[in-house]
Amino acid sequence: MSIPDELSCRELVELVTDYLENALPLAERVRFEEHLPACPGCQTYLEQMRQTIDVLGRVTEESLEPAARDQLLDLFRNWKRGDRAN
Amino acid sequence: MRLATNDVAGLAGVADDTHLVELLRAGDEQTFVELTDRYHSVMLRLANVYVRDRAVAQDVVQDTWLRVLRGLDRFEARSRLKTWIFQILVNTARTRAVREKRTIPMSALGDPVVADSVESAIEPERFLPVDAPRWPGHWTSLPPGWGAAPEERLLSGEVRSLIHAAIDSLPPSQRQVVTLRDSEGWTTEDVCNILQITETNQRVLLHRGRSRVRRALERYLTGT
Repeated sequence: MSIPDELSCRELVELVTDYLENALPLAERVRFEEHLPACPGCQTYLEQMRQTIDVLGRVTEESLEPAARDQLLDLFRNWKRGDRAN
Repeated sequence: MRLATNDVAGLAGVADDTHLVELLRAGDEQTFVELTDRYHSVMLRLANVYVRDRAVAQDVVQDTWLRVLRGLDRFEARSRLKTWIFQILVNTARTRAVREKRTIPMSALGDPVVADSVESAIEPERFLPVDAPRWPGHWTSLPPGWGAAPEERLLSGEVRSLIHAAIDSLPPSQRQVVTLRDSEGWTTEDVCNILQITETNQRVLLHRGRSRVRRALERYLTGT
């Protein structure tokens, strides 16, 4: 496990996003994927990053408040009446 | 409501964009309502990164919509409507931020010099030193698991609040990228275009932002 060019866990955690974004050069990708099977810690870490991304994607966006919507509609109608004619 | 991806039905592709612009030019209210429903919240969130005051941010977004409407005749069919709207938003917000003077430096937003600074995804002390005789750079102790049925726990209201708080506490440039990429599902290309950053910087910011959010989840779920 001490082969010189082997990726360490410390290095791997910094490459996780590049890995998930398919941005790793092939050689790095190979090192990354060779490290994983033997390392439960990094497997857990990678899985937790995936879960984090998943949860970030489920954060619901606040919907447009009625008051803000009304303001925007006013804005649109004013534009329609005035601006656009100019 | 979520903006999801570029694949949102009816809002994808240049042809559809041209059609939407024609409808807007013709004064079609329904089209305007749909667009504002889709984009208003994320516009507000993005504006809030430049101007911290919520009322000012709301003002910026309103101003943006007005500029969009007034600029419809200048919209060029080869650009994407979403990209165009958000470019106007970012410009409007930046201008306003300068005027408000109560904001983070522009350098923290427009052109983050991320490559020069160091920020670890994980506290360095959680790894053995690089010169350790055995297992250099490996975990000192394995990261604690997130327990049984993490999927269910991750969907709880408490976790949602936690995520919101974690996003809010990110440095502005990380907050922008994480919000647009992970919460709004934008492509790398769109994010880089709007924020005018390189793909490499975008990935660095995304990585740091996600790492901080993961760390916040870890603290909450494992008490470590």
